[in-house]
Amino acid sequence: MNKILILFAHPAFHKSRINMVLVDAVKNLEGVTFHDLYENYPDFFIDIQKEQQLLLGHDIIVWQHPFYWYSAPALHKEWMDLVLEHGFAYGIHGRSLEGKKVLSVISTGGRMDVYSIEGRNRYTINQFLVPYRQSVNLCRMEYLPPFVVHGSHTIEKQEIEQYGKKYRHAIELLRDNKLNNVDLENAEYLNDIID
Amino acid sequence: MYNQDFFFQALIYLLAAVVSVPLAKKLGMVSVLGYLLAGIIIGPFVLGLVGNEAGEVMHFAEFGVVLMLFVIGLELEPSLLWKMRRSIFGLGGLQVLFTALLIAAVALIFNFQVNRAIGIGLILALSSTAIVLQTLTEKGLLKNVAGRSAFSVLLFQDIMVVPIFALIPLLASFNTNLSIAETEVEEISFVGSLPGWAQLLFIIGALTFIILIGRFVSKYIFRFIAETNLHEIFTAMALLLVIGIALGMDAVGLSPALGTFLAGVVLADSEYRHELETTIDPFKGLLLGLFFISVGASINFYLFVEDPVTIIGFVLTLVVLKFIVLLMLGRFFRLRKGYEFLFAFLLAQSSEFSFVLISFSKQSQLFDEQTSGLLLLIVTLSMAVSPLLLLFNDKAVSPILAKWQNRLDYDTVEESENPIIIAGFGRFGLVVGRMLLANNFNVTIIDNNPANVEVLRKFGFKLYYGDVTRPQVLEKAGVENARLLILSMAEYDNALKIAQFVRKKYPHIKILARAKDIFHAFEFFKLGVKTVQREVFNSGLELGSKALENLGFTRYEAYRSSRIFKHHEDEIFSELYDHWKAGETHFIQEARRFSEQMSETLQAEKDYSIHDADCAWDVESIREEAEGKVNSENKG
Repeated sequence: MNKILILFAHPAFHKSRINMVLVDAVKNLEGVTFHDLYENYPDFFIDIQKEQQLLLGHDIIVWQHPFYWYSAPALHKEWMDLVLEHGFAYGIHGRSLEGKKVLSVISTGGRMDVYSIEGRNRYTINQFLVPYRQSVNLCRMEYLPPFVVHGSHTIEKQEIEQYGKKYRHAIELLRDNKLNNVDLENAEYLNDIID
Repeated sequence: MYNQDFFFQALIYLLAAVVSVPLAKKLGMVSVLGYLLAGIIIGPFVLGLVGNEAGEVMHFAEFGVVLMLFVIGLELEPSLLWKMRRSIFGLGGLQVLFTALLIAAVALIFNFQVNRAIGIGLILALSSTAIVLQTLTEKGLLKNVAGRSAFSVLLFQDIMVVPIFALIPLLASFNTNLSIAETEVEEISFVGSLPGWAQLLFIIGALTFIILIGRFVSKYIFRFIAETNLHEIFTAMALLLVIGIALGMDAVGLSPALGTFLAGVVLADSEYRHELETTIDPFKGLLLGLFFISVGASINFYLFVEDPVTIIGFVLTLVVLKFIVLLMLGRFFRLRKGYEFLFAFLLAQSSEFSFVLISFSKQSQLFDEQTSGLLLLIVTLSMAVSPLLLLFNDKAVSPILAKWQNRLDYDTVEESENPIIIAGFGRFGLVVGRMLLANNFNVTIIDNNPANVEVLRKFGFKLYYGDVTRPQVLEKAGVENARLLILSMAEYDNALKIAQFVRKKYPHIKILARAKDIFHAFEFFKLGVKTVQREVFNSGLELGSKALENLGFTRYEAYRSSRIFKHHEDEIFSELYDHWKAGETHFIQEARRFSEQMSETLQAEKDYSIHDADCAWDVESIREEAEGKVNSENKG
């Protein structure tokens, strides 16, 4: 069984519609550690040693956050800057995270068709995620296909609930190692290979 | 032989003090009463362990009074006097004046001579600084309006002791009763033999000498001595100073107490003031204790046994007269809502100074044996009833007043369902309250300053006037259903008491507290109050960060440093808390509290190195790796 660490970053969690449901769906699952960054570090003063210990104690790291300006909220970036230290996460002696997996779980305002070469945003989600993919790669970890919730402003309540269930199922499958590696390599979104 | 006798006496006195003072404390009495009690017990009336030599001991112990006046002088800050001039000289002055006049009038009725009546009036008009200050501190009333007024009156009385000292021999000189033959022929000093103008010159010269030495020379002497780092030499110097002045004053025919008082005032703004105070304090305390024991031993209880009704009548008259004058003056000086009663009950006894002045009057032949014995008894009994008076105020007077008061207040305070209660709305509570109001929370504020209450109500705050330490007040404010209880008051001990009460009776209520310092915070922790904010820590931190900015740090660097330091402090805090809990019985004197805190934190700081939280922003290791010609992967 894999141990999963969900690093959640949302500066206005109380106002969110999507993430509230997603978080509720997974935070109490067995084998899952839910870690709310804004709740723990409201002043952006991240306890680096504690964070590194948390990383060492888990096999799969989930970065869950809304997709602000095609990226993550500021605290998530601060976390990456400070916690993924040279000599710990990367560099010749930085092999502490080797072999772990990273999953991005993001919610976007735009619907899926907006995120395409013809669409308003001109690039796909996976193109926007290149910095994350490469950061993970630099740390000798494996980047999983992202779990994406599109159209967060217009989506109906019922649909959000379904996303919640799907997310929960995805986390369970990852935890129990039940996903096919070939499927994972080929999938655009993680959503696509979950029933 | 002599030595043995001396040590035996010392044994008895010390034993009496060591046994009865802590016992008195346990029973809720102040130490003065404990000493008196000790004296009474070892005195001729009970055990008879000490007899005639009590008078000699008292003579020696009077040096404690000289030391006390020196310390009073040291504590008189001219700026404080100026700030409180209205209440000190107005309220205090009128209190002494009216009380003295009334008591003198009563004394006249009982056929005392005019000069003696005036003496009695002045001596009994004083109230006990020891009892009142201790009560105020214990009940956390020092910052309360009644407490502050009482403090002013005491301050004025302290100052008045000096002129009364000077006045007693003058009053004594009007005695018609005593024949010349009866008065002891005073030793004629060198100065006393000079003509009047020369004496005056000597006196002025001596006073000027004290002032000049105190102002301009003492600094260098003390510095020179402090630099030797030998504490006992500093002590010796301090004692030398006081004894020297006392003898000098005696030589020119002035009261030693007056001289040392003056020296104290002159040294009050020197940088060695605190050092002097703490050095002299134990001597003062012990000698005064000795003095009170000998007073206790010399109280003539046969007087009481002979005619208890008259004595009780006198004590009652004294207390009632003082009470009425205080109550009227309290009203006149705008004490309201029960505070005038508290104020009057607080000060309705006579003073330990009265003992000093009575024995001095006896020496100066103002009073005969009979009068002074009677007065000592009355003063002692008035002091003994003073705790009872306060108890009466707490249990009977103030609840009645509070009931009446809150009826007035009720229409302006709507009950709210789940109030957030803020106890104490001064500088600190104001910030908390404003922030909650800005976020649309209704808060119920309890404050005990009537002036605040009226102003804030005008601006639409929901305010409740009352003494939070009283459970009824908390209950009326709806503590039972409160969401939060915020203890932002500056009466630190009271805050702890409330926390303890609420934790016990309403364990579900969240308490947030303002702490004075780290130890105060620990006390809260121990009570299970986990959200505690030290009142000055964050401000110090911010100023520290601004200091770093001014030393060339970038603003963010300075800010980061302050965050790192805060984090680091949190670690130290919990370490010190465990340490404190383990050795809790450690006796920490209030005066040593801060230095204790300093040394403990600094020690813990040494053990914990500050972890550089920002390593990742430091590219040093990457540069090293790159320079090592290793085929390195790069960050960007």
